[in-house]
This record gives sequence, structure tokens and C-alpha cells, in this order.
Amino acid sequence: MEFPNVGVIGAGTIGTEVAQCLAQAGHRVVLVDVETGILDRARSAIGENLRYASLFDAGVREASHAGILSRIDCTTDYGLLADIDLVVDNSTESRPIKEEVFTRLDRICPPDRILAANTSAISITRLAGATRRPDRVIGVHFMNPVFRKPVVEVVKGWHTSDATVEAVQGFLGGLGKRGVVTNDMPGFVSNRVLMLAINEAISVVHDRVATPADVDEIFVKCLAHEMGPLATADLIGLDTVLRTLDVLNESYGDGRFRACPLLRQMVDAGLRGRKSGKGFFDYSGQQGLRWT
Amino acid sequence: MDVKARVRSYLRQAVMEEVGDGDDLFELGLVNSLFALQLVQFVENEFSIKAEREDLDIVNFSSIDALTAFVLRKTQPPPGPGHAAD
Repeated sequence: MEFPNVGVIGAGTIGTEVAQCLAQAGHRVVLVDVETGILDRARSAIGENLRYASLFDAGVREASHAGILSRIDCTTDYGLLADIDLVVDNSTESRPIKEEVFTRLDRICPPDRILAANTSAISITRLAGATRRPDRVIGVHFMNPVFRKPVVEVVKGWHTSDATVEAVQGFLGGLGKRGVVTNDMPGFVSNRVLMLAINEAISVVHDRVATPADVDEIFVKCLAHEMGPLATADLIGLDTVLRTLDVLNESYGDGRFRACPLLRQMVDAGLRGRKSGKGFFDYSGQQGLRWT
Repeated sequence: MDVKARVRSYLRQAVMEEVGDGDDLFELGLVNSLFALQLVQFVENEFSIKAEREDLDIVNFSSIDALTAFVLRKTQPPPGPGHAAD
């Protein structure tokens, strides 16, 4: 197997799923976060995610879940990345945080290793600039649920080499996935378009044009989207949506991406979507779920 | 309320549409795949059962009939002597 040992930075929603997916495919994973509490939560989330994966995949149902979990080492120590074969960074969607992570990884990981950024919108070229190996820095934008998505948005920074793109395609192939390669402008393809739609859908609710359920129903039932924009926002996490809009707003600077005040207020109020049990819809399991 | 009525009532609230007992929730697009885990959590909490790994097959959760049969199988006492649960 290529890249038998993979470092995963960030044990939030997406980092946890990436770690799980890698361990399912047989990689050994070093999952790094700043707090042990987050790492503890990640371990139990992976256990729960494996149950979910089992529903649709007999291979996962029959595999040893304890065995998959045993391939993941959780740590707060970046030092354990010193002999890793490849790193997938999933740290918080904030440019200063990610730049610091990349500078740190560059110091710790051997110079020929690829550093991949899982980011919604941050410029790969800019992150590459925080390292001494810009040709080996690349964007891999996994979307959740990671184990069910066959395609990953792969982002080629200004200096990213073709060899790096090819190696990452091989790596994704081993996970049963394929990369669609895009060039590097903030938000790439997915979020440059999606965040505008989500932000406008939130404004529609804010302006009392329609309820969240009605907004989403129009997208699902009239336009045949699998999920409406607000359920999608809840799935991504409203805090992540807000941070992504802020990054895009800062990057393009023309006001298109200015976050709707309702979104900011919901995040301030602790309504972060599915992961907090409530966002535009309720996920507590007991009350009226509004699923379409 | 019997098992089927409780399952039906939960789904009516969740899907906000009439659901036939045999309708495949996923195939008909009444819910998307992310709803599956919520369904598992619902039956576990509502009926105080635990879905073991071998139970976690989407066929057990794809319709009112399937969910009801699954809950009954997990809650009914094992058959009498000579049929020890395997």
C-alpha cells in the first residue's frame, strides 16, 4: 500500500470522518488535535459513524470495528508526524490557523512528503507559501459524509507539481475515490457557488419570504436536489459555513459573500446545525424533524 | 400504542407526509441516507433495544413494516425451551 501511515490534523466533524475512512481502507492514522477532549469525542464519533457506514456497506458491517479503531492513534503531539507518509490537514477553516499548521508540518515532516489541505475556501497557494515545499502542497476537499462520497475536489495551487497531483489521485483511488482537479481560487468550484446559494437561502428566511422547510422543499421537490440548501448548511455546520463565507468575503472583497446577519446570530446562539442538534432543522431525534 | 403505530407516528412527524406501511423510505426519496442513523437511534431509544452490528442493515430500517418486524424481533422473548437464542 502506498502511504501506509497518514497524519490527519484536526478531529472536528470532517477530520474525524477522514480518519475513519483511511482506517477502513487499512491505513494507519495519527489523528492530531490540540485538546484531548476533542480526540475522545472523535473516537466515540468514529464508533457511531462505523455503525452508520454498516447500514449501507456489508464490508463495514462485517469488518472488526475495534480493528478499524485500533489503526487510529489519537494524540496532541505533532512530533508523532515525524515519519508519516502524507498529511491531510482538517484544522479550523481560518487562514491564520491553517498557515500556522502548515508551517509547523513543514518543520516536522520529511521534505519529500505531501501536505494536503482539506479546506472549504482557503487558497492553497497561500498555504503553500507557509512552507518550503510549495510543489508538494495540494488541496483535497473531502465532503461529508466522507465514506459515501466518491468524488473529492482536488485543488492545484500555483506551484503544485503534476507528480503531487498524480500521487494524490493514487491515494484517493485507494480509498475508492477519485479527484476532480480544479485550479486554485478561493472557494474553488464547490463553495464559491454553494456558499452564495446557502447565504441567499438564509437571507430568504431572514426576510420572512419563506420558512426553512419551504425553502428546502422547493429545492428538493422542484429542482430534484438531494438536499435543500439549509439542510446542507446544517450538515456542513453553520459555524463552518460562516467561517467559509468570511474567508470568501475577505478573499474577493466585493460584498457578494457578506454573511447574512441571521447566520451570525444563530452561530452566536450555539445553533451550529446537525452537530449541535439544532440549526435550521432539529436533529434531537425526539421532536418534529423536518426532513424532506 | 402498539409498535407499528409508534413507528408510523414518528415517521409521519419526521417525513411530514403519509407513508404507506410497505413504502421504501429511501427508494422513494422520502428521506435521504443521512436520516438512516436517526432511525436507528429512534428505535433504540423508543423501544429500549440495541441494534447490534449484524442488525445494522438498511433493509431493517427501510419501511414501517421492516422497522416493526425488527423491533418485534428484538423485544420478543426468545422462543421456549429447545429453541435457545443463537
